[in-house]
Amino acid sequence: MAKRYLLGNEAIAHACIEAGVDFASGYPGTPSSEVIDTLRAQREREFYIEWSVNEKVAYENALAASWCGLRSIVTMKHVGLNVAADPLLTSAYTGVEGGFVVLSADDPYAHSSQNEQDTRRYAHFAKIPCMNPSSVQEAHDMLCDAFALSEEVGLPVIFRPTTRICHSKGDIDLGEVSSEHRTGAFVKDPRQYVVIPAHTRVLHKILNEKQPMVRKAVMDLGYNTAEVRGDMAVVASGIAASYVQEVIPDNVSFMKIGCFPIDGDWMQAFVQQHRVVLVVEEGAPIVEERLRQLACGVEVFGQMNGAVPKEGEFSPATVAASMVRAGILPASPFESPAPVAGLPPRPPILCAGCAHRAMFYAIKRVFPDGIFPSDIGCYTLGLQLGTVDTTICMGASVTVGSGIAHSGETHPVVATIGDSTFLHTGIQGLLNAVYNGAEMTLVILDNRITAMTGHQPNPCTGETAMGEPSVPISLEGICRACGASFVETVDPYDLTGTLQTLKAAKARSGTKVIIAKQACVITARRSGVRRGRYAVDPEACTACGACLRFGCPAIGRDADDKAAINDLCSGCGVCAEICPSGAIVKEGRK
Amino acid sequence: MSSFDVLIVGIGGQGTILASNVIGEACLVEGIPVRGVETHGMAQRGGSVESHVRIGGVHGPLIPPGRADLMIALDLLEGVRYLHYLKAGGSIVANDQTVVPTPVYTQKLPMPARDELLGSLGERDLFLIDAAALAAEAGNPIVQNVVMLGAASRYLPLKESSMREAVARSVPAKTLDLNLKAFDLGRNAVRSE
Repeated sequence: MAKRYLLGNEAIAHACIEAGVDFASGYPGTPSSEVIDTLRAQREREFYIEWSVNEKVAYENALAASWCGLRSIVTMKHVGLNVAADPLLTSAYTGVEGGFVVLSADDPYAHSSQNEQDTRRYAHFAKIPCMNPSSVQEAHDMLCDAFALSEEVGLPVIFRPTTRICHSKGDIDLGEVSSEHRTGAFVKDPRQYVVIPAHTRVLHKILNEKQPMVRKAVMDLGYNTAEVRGDMAVVASGIAASYVQEVIPDNVSFMKIGCFPIDGDWMQAFVQQHRVVLVVEEGAPIVEERLRQLACGVEVFGQMNGAVPKEGEFSPATVAASMVRAGILPASPFESPAPVAGLPPRPPILCAGCAHRAMFYAIKRVFPDGIFPSDIGCYTLGLQLGTVDTTICMGASVTVGSGIAHSGETHPVVATIGDSTFLHTGIQGLLNAVYNGAEMTLVILDNRITAMTGHQPNPCTGETAMGEPSVPISLEGICRACGASFVETVDPYDLTGTLQTLKAAKARSGTKVIIAKQACVITARRSGVRRGRYAVDPEACTACGACLRFGCPAIGRDADDKAAINDLCSGCGVCAEICPSGAIVKEGRK
Repeated sequence: MSSFDVLIVGIGGQGTILASNVIGEACLVEGIPVRGVETHGMAQRGGSVESHVRIGGVHGPLIPPGRADLMIALDLLEGVRYLHYLKAGGSIVANDQTVVPTPVYTQKLPMPARDELLGSLGERDLFLIDAAALAAEAGNPIVQNVVMLGAASRYLPLKESSMREAVARSVPAKTLDLNLKAFDLGRNAVRSE
């Protein structure tokens, strides 16, 4: 046993190796990514780890490993579970052999996400257990138990941390790393694994008959607790339970729901001992809906009557305000001091020297009246450059682009997508666009890595999750195989060549593909690439502002209002091509 | 048994996470419970970032507004942005510099001058430090965050020896001397005031 100061995701990863995980797959997505990144960096336990091309692929790989008897985990963010929802729902019917944990990290407040959906709905939908930790220590302890729970009930177990668990830290007690290793063996059983109608009807009945046993197994774990201390109660789930514990008065009862499904008899017995019950949970009102079914003559406060926010993330102050609304606290112990107004914002921004910025600049030059569907990745930050008109989910740039192109809209459509996102769910969209003759240009922003989530390798990178060399796939080959006849590769740092290729694409009809290939500026620097900085010649600079509009954080103004390049410069040289006065030159070369 | 709450603010890439790790490790050295939370993912890319550390914390990791005992600001503008987290009577250790946010240039927004920013920090217990100069003196501008930690260590309820041990646990071994020098320069800057 050891105590360490760990990130939630690091504690979760350590729990995996304590529980003897044999197989881990996933697709990176904030806030889940560090679980597999930690597993692939650790050297305490050896087992199979992969970054898969999308969540459905990751899910099915891990599911199959579980069918072969291995303890398996698949990790993703909440919206990734939508991609994996197809196998999820049916794997509840087939069941599992080795413990199978589906980690789907939710993101209340959408810190890095396109929505605030609640993964716990999927557990209810699929009729499988769900664990919802309230602290980093509990996340660790629950995950240690999750594999055994999965084996006990023969079902996938959903593990749902939220951003403030994944990315929070605490002093964590760790256990010993398991030395037990399993080798997979598939036992043929078509009635279990071939879900033709005759089999699946039986499997559905078995799943339903399991439910009382599942409820009992979940309760026996001891993560659902209740203490009666008065005639008013707060019921909480997830990290909201930690906030409640910070502010709850001693004479108010407290129930914590860590695992689902909830035992209705147990909950009802608690609720009926109270006059007033407040339910506090981030996300959807899952606990509240169940509790309202059971509460008879008890006044219930929660999201459904406006006592608790229906969206965003909570804090101790949010929870205290809800307690005031429910009459549990006379007044909030927290003031709400106003932030200083009128400050310039500092949003996240594409890095100095990022090739995406150069490509967006070139696209805007050639297609000033274009419509720009885009996708999920660092390049979504192109919004600030006016080159991101739509973003909905992974892969949707291509399909939204072809939809707009077929709608009768006459402005040119130029869609952008990253390499990893194209491989995730972009390929089918391109195949469909080409085959159906969509008039559009697709620009694949190929930086050779999954950058936004922390530089995980993908099939363009040329190495696996474990750092083993692998043959990088050819994006050009894939696009040609999808039927595209115009497939050109450009270097976005070469502005002149890039503009020429964009103009050539504009002149052609059909679905054109341009691959903008330049390594992520962060990985390039890490691998030793040094280009030498650029500098502004103040005598030549006319302070016209053209370089500033490029939006690179390496470019600012000096005291005389002329352009000045700071030490963030990575030497991409694109601003030197943009400057109409030739005032930007490589440092030391005037 | 309320916690001593520290908010570390700055710009993605300035090392707020390392700074919060050092404080967390120092708590482990002393056997004090600790909770923290930090910004990861997309928001890191040159954006405004915050790390919360609750020394002695046993519940949630988030510091409520108006409750921080100490703010460590790696950038003056970011210090002002998060000022409402500081409690009345709280202290600020701020790096005496600010990076102009890119939207100021691209959207032509007004940028407050240094005097205005200092004015907003107002009558708080403020210690301003030239972390860039001290980091350069230590040997590398990259250790500004550790200079700031050294200065902040005067305000923390943690022993100097625990903080130095925590630095050793948190940085690559080959950079230890550099980081300890940065820590000492920051810590001594407060004494010399």
